[in-house]
Amino acid sequence: MGERWMHEGFEMVVGLEVHVELATTTKLFSGSPNRFGDEPNTNIDPVTLGLPGALPVLNRHAVELAIRIGLALDCTVQACTFARKNYFYPDMPKAYQISQYDRPLNADGRLALPDGTVVGVERAHLEEDTGKSTHLGGSGRIHGSEGSLIDFNRAGVPLVEIVSRPDITSPEQARMYVSELRSILVAIGASDARMEEGSMRVDANVSVRRPGEPLGTRCEIKNVNSVRSLGRAIDYEARRQVALIAGGESVRQETRHWDENDGRTHTLRSKEDADDYRYFPEPDLVPVHPDAAWIESIRSALPMLPAARRSRLADACGQDPDSEAVTTVVERGQDEYVLAVSAAGGSAERALVHVKEAFAEAGAAPTLPAARLAELTAMELAGALTATQAKTVLAEMVAAGDGDPAAIAAARGFEAMDTSALDALVDGAIAADPDAWAKFCAGDPKAVGALVGRVMKESRGQADGRAVTAALHARRG
Amino acid sequence: MSPADGVDSIAAGVRSGSRSAAAVLEEHLGRIAEREAEVHAFTLVTDSAARERAAVLDERVAAGEDPGPLAGVPVALKDNLCTRGVPTTCSSRMLEGWRPPYDATVVARLHDAGAVVVGKTNLDEFAMGSSTENSAFGPTRNPHDTSRVPGGSSGGSAAAVAAGFAAASLGSDTGGSIRQPAALCGVVGVKPTYGAVSRLGLVAFASSLDQIGPFTTSVADAATVLTVIAGPDPSDSTSIPEPFPDLRPSLERGVAGLRIGRISDLPAGADPDVAARVDAAFDALAAAGATIVDVEIPAFGYGLTAYYLIAPAEASSNLARYDGVRFGLRVDAPDTDAMYMATRAEGFGAEVKRRIMLGTYALSAGYYDAYYGKALKVRRRIAADFAAAYGRVDALITPASPSVAFAFGDKTSDPFAMYLCDTYTIPSNLTGDPAMSVPFGTGADGLPVGVQVLAPALGEPTMFAVAAELERSVGVGDG
Repeated sequence: MGERWMHEGFEMVVGLEVHVELATTTKLFSGSPNRFGDEPNTNIDPVTLGLPGALPVLNRHAVELAIRIGLALDCTVQACTFARKNYFYPDMPKAYQISQYDRPLNADGRLALPDGTVVGVERAHLEEDTGKSTHLGGSGRIHGSEGSLIDFNRAGVPLVEIVSRPDITSPEQARMYVSELRSILVAIGASDARMEEGSMRVDANVSVRRPGEPLGTRCEIKNVNSVRSLGRAIDYEARRQVALIAGGESVRQETRHWDENDGRTHTLRSKEDADDYRYFPEPDLVPVHPDAAWIESIRSALPMLPAARRSRLADACGQDPDSEAVTTVVERGQDEYVLAVSAAGGSAERALVHVKEAFAEAGAAPTLPAARLAELTAMELAGALTATQAKTVLAEMVAAGDGDPAAIAAARGFEAMDTSALDALVDGAIAADPDAWAKFCAGDPKAVGALVGRVMKESRGQADGRAVTAALHARRG
Repeated sequence: MSPADGVDSIAAGVRSGSRSAAAVLEEHLGRIAEREAEVHAFTLVTDSAARERAAVLDERVAAGEDPGPLAGVPVALKDNLCTRGVPTTCSSRMLEGWRPPYDATVVARLHDAGAVVVGKTNLDEFAMGSSTENSAFGPTRNPHDTSRVPGGSSGGSAAAVAAGFAAASLGSDTGGSIRQPAALCGVVGVKPTYGAVSRLGLVAFASSLDQIGPFTTSVADAATVLTVIAGPDPSDSTSIPEPFPDLRPSLERGVAGLRIGRISDLPAGADPDVAARVDAAFDALAAAGATIVDVEIPAFGYGLTAYYLIAPAEASSNLARYDGVRFGLRVDAPDTDAMYMATRAEGFGAEVKRRIMLGTYALSAGYYDAYYGKALKVRRRIAADFAAAYGRVDALITPASPSVAFAFGDKTSDPFAMYLCDTYTIPSNLTGDPAMSVPFGTGADGLPVGVQVLAPALGEPTMFAVAAELERSVGVGDG
């Protein structure tokens, strides 16, 4: 269940609002490209700019991706309507955002974290993104700036806002929730979900209470730009609230801004200053009724989700589903490759280790034929190569994109060391470092490292570390 | 106006080569030159573009082409319809200098049918008003009596047709803005079924109520123009996807066998001269073979109140985009918030500001349920009452306007008196059903009276049959 967060008798209660940009070709309500990084104000049109007389037309692909998200989060996908959320901001072209209010597309879902915690998902609704402002001079915020530049390329990009229930009780769980959500979104092709590019944005609602008490007053934390910052910001904020209460003060409901540099949250606006969004039904759009057949066809086309893929990989490799190697490899989408190595007669367990270490840059589908890695792991299992030697051979194969591991090993002079040679090296190591040997015999587990290291060095990496360890244990008796 | 100036007559002449589009245009430009200074129907006369266009059409006819059902027909466009590269002002300072980069769907369809645009017409600012006195560019005068208003908000479009400046014009109707000025100017004005005509390129006032429709001098001409502009448009999500019905057979159908409803609990308020003409209309329809049936529409009278919550609420949102950031007027100020406020303070007139405030209030947290939410319930109730009535009748008849054209300044000091002008027209916008005003003789001071024909959604064929019958009966000595 992860580590429980408690501070001076208080627990934290966190709900997350995650905005993700959908990986559509065009915008939510117009035909302009949905593309990150283009020259400012090139992906625009009358709808994007909110010109008088322009009308929105809903992008069917965006609805489909949003339904995928809903289904992956076990939501009810339902008939829905759009609403206008009214407020003034220079990068909001119409001075209202088309969003969903009382009838969201997806409602009442859940997300299971790798540690077994289930976080409720209240809703996952469609809405349009705003443009992007760059404020010149001053603090980088609009007030006090010398001028502002607005790029409307992002305006109208389709977003899904995923609102969790306040089921998260530690910074670690919050990080897990976002990581798991991100993996799901990438796996189902709904979004590239990159926090650093802003295609995934996380706001946190944080409150504290003594266990068993009703929910406390919450603060919304904005400007959290990485999973790591999310944990820090939540931890800071909860401690700040506990300190207020402990000092006899009360928490004010407000929106707070996370400052990465000083590691604190600062008041952005209080509840009294909050906008009244004056939601009302969007009269330019008609209700969306996704029919059952469409929903089922989307459901049946969904790929296996990360949690199921972790279990499958863990089973194949004899590991825990939430082990770092399994999580990382699934996260990268390389689990299929590991299974392919296994299917080609290789060792899934060894393949997992190699893929995690050697294929960090390789992408979801490494170019090295799975059969080649299978041959390599087979040689390892047969004792023909040590782990270190296998790594060296693999590095060469990866660099070349192919290669016969046996030939490479032979060319490098890697041969399995015979037992007598190994014994001689072990004797030499014990003689050279009697202190380490004594400690090892006394049961100090760290001492074995020094002895093994010495053997490895003497053998110039040709000794098998596991065999050396075994030999040392045998000597000690 | 002579019948030769009608839409069908002009198009037939130009298509057959017996009249040139250029000559037709010059007749209309001549009348504009003669009376526009007095009437002020236009915010912009596009005479040189019109002359080029007419010349092209004449060349096409000479080359054996058929420019379409509106070949060479001079048309005027309410200045809240976007015209590519041509200023579109909504009769507001707010849109100063703005030239839309696109044509409204209706403008493109008129063009494709061979029409010649002679200009953009004056309106109450952002279509908010019933007299065209709210224009930032000064009022339009009623061609029948220039001391009186033409009605509104499409006063310029109604006056342009009444004065013979154009054979047809387009207006927009959110609460009566086509039908009331049509009545006051003595022309035919149609508010089609919501969704029958694309709103793309219509500068929105209240999106769930706005609908574009034609002004013409005859019912048949209105059918011709409506047929050109109506029909599905994938660029407007609220556009009805089915093809628009054929109105031609309706014009000669007559009313024999039709059940025409008289609303027995219609809110009082029509002047006696107007009420007398409506009675005459029932008599004429009965004489032509219709059955007159009394029906009740209990919620009719709540329409005005519901409308003045829903329309301003939508307007407050639709007009929020006029912030000085991207187009139109910008009044410079030291910071962004001050710039917004200065721009909106200077750019909008008093009635627009009044409605923005009304609508903002109606949508505010804590007031939504009491105002906007309740208005939506009333809207559904009115629709249910009309649906029940249409179970018993094929069409309904009411006054279009409670009075004939009134004098300038009569109602400007009392916004509510002005709002009452729309009592009889508003319910059709709330229900989305079609309605039209047909000239039916004259009332006080010899001024035109319009009778309103109402029908259920997509009931335009019935509505036009009734309107054509009224037109025929007034033509045989009743008017």
